[in-house]
Amino acid sequence: MHSFDFATPTSVSDAVAILAKEGSNARLLAGGTDLLIGMRVGRATPGLVVDAKQIPELKQYKLDGNGLQLGSAVTCRTLYEDSAVVDAYPALIESAELIGGMQTQGRASIGGNLCNAAPSGDSIPTLIVLGAEAVVIGPNGQRNLAVEDVCVAPGKTSLADNELLLTINIPAPAANSGACFQRFIPRNEMDIAIASVASSVVLSGDGSTFESARIALGAVGPTPIFAQGAGDLLAGKPVNEASIQEAADAAEAVATPINDMRGTIEQRKHLINVLTKRTLREAVARAKG
Amino acid sequence: MSKVHVTTTVNGDEVEFLAEPRQSLLEVLRDELKLTGTKEGCNDGNCGACSVVFDGTLVASCCVLGVEADGKKVETVEGMATPDALHPLQQAFLEETGMQCGICTPGFLISSKELLKSKPNPSEEEIRFWLANNLCRCTGYDKIVKAVQKAAAVMEEA
Ligand SMILES: Cc1cc2nc3c(=O)[nH]c(=O)nc-3n(C[C@H](O)[C@H](O)[C@H](O)COP(=O)(O)OP(=O)(O)OC[C@H]3O[C@@H](n4cnc5c(N)ncnc54)[C@H](O)[C@@H]3O)c2cc1C
Repeated sequence: MHSFDFATPTSVSDAVAILAKEGSNARLLAGGTDLLIGMRVGRATPGLVVDAKQIPELKQYKLDGNGLQLGSAVTCRTLYEDSAVVDAYPALIESAELIGGMQTQGRASIGGNLCNAAPSGDSIPTLIVLGAEAVVIGPNGQRNLAVEDVCVAPGKTSLADNELLLTINIPAPAANSGACFQRFIPRNEMDIAIASVASSVVLSGDGSTFESARIALGAVGPTPIFAQGAGDLLAGKPVNEASIQEAADAAEAVATPINDMRGTIEQRKHLINVLTKRTLREAVARAKG
Repeated sequence: MSKVHVTTTVNGDEVEFLAEPRQSLLEVLRDELKLTGTKEGCNDGNCGACSVVFDGTLVASCCVLGVEADGKKVETVEGMATPDALHPLQQAFLEETGMQCGICTPGFLISSKELLKSKPNPSEEEIRFWLANNLCRCTGYDKIVKAVQKAAAVMEEA
């Protein structure tokens, strides 16, 4: 690995000051399960690595009536070992439990998954359908942006070099709502998604009608894709297989996958259709509780 | 790039070392502290040969910087046996031939120890999922699973 310096700021303001000075020379280190591996193969060559984990705000999370305020460096394992989080956000836990195996999950953060901006990042479709907001801070203060506006290209986010992700804020689940994330991989565990889908739904009180829905796709475009039209068309529709099929076809239509060693365009589009139906059915089941 | 002075606890002993920030915890354990029980396999987080317990959590030490260990506790395979006896997992791996070439074994032992700490009586499926981040190039998985089950039974009785 190339040589670099290491900083351990213990407050957000110290970290912001370091980034303001160093800009693109600095990189935040959360769990390092993307960054350190990328540095080892020369994909990233920061002159300064800034540990995010000594900053209390980034290592904490708070679950209350407003939802989940998730510090960007909180690990996947921390989340799924908290039964209150598991109960409130099963789709988020489905993502957290899929990111690598135990050794990876003990270090890997949801914030790192988002900032790594991989098209296949397994938490990103889930965050999008949960309506999460990214709280970003830099020398000019704090700004909130919708999670679907964070990833702009493979490995690239809309954060400036001198900004860092503070928290990911996920609203409290609405009444009669449910969400689900699923991915397809050839193995049972420890692989990169060939395609993935997250769906969330809000149903009418009697469970017969979709009030709203959100659908997001992974590994079928340069970034995770918010299939907004596919979710929106469900609003007002009856909860049945015909509605679900219509949404799945609309989701498939906005997938723009590539052929690579993991899968073909044809397979990926087919998978989006199947996974959209499966995640919608499961989200409906959860909404009916 | 100046070296950083790091004080950490490894298997209960306080140790100090000087590390370049670019050295992984794995490199520091092996090259600076001469604890070569922890193995290097893939060096990219997939194989689990370098598994250690870091600050109470199972991790791949190739994905941790040595300088991150400052003020933390590290547990490696060298800390499992006592002078008098092997750890029940080590004993069971021996008895069940839970190893062939042995390179993956320290990682499997550490991961299995953490598994039994959190699930003292795991099902076969739970064992296989927990150990999914540990690869055995000789593919001796069945024997490894049997060894973990045997150790779990022995530890339950104790
Ligand atoms: C064996 C293995 C298996 C894996 N399996 C999966 C998988 O199944 N699914 C999946 O999606 N991923 C997988 N990954 C990739 C990786 O583990 C995840 O993307 C993880 O969530 C990254 O989190 P981290 O905390 O380790 O991030 P880091 O590596 O610390 O950081 C990732 C990126 O985000 C930046 N960053 C971190 N924190 C901030 C911040 N607060 N503000 C701004 N930028 C920040 C870093 O500079 C870096 O560019 C796997 C990795 C390994 C090693």
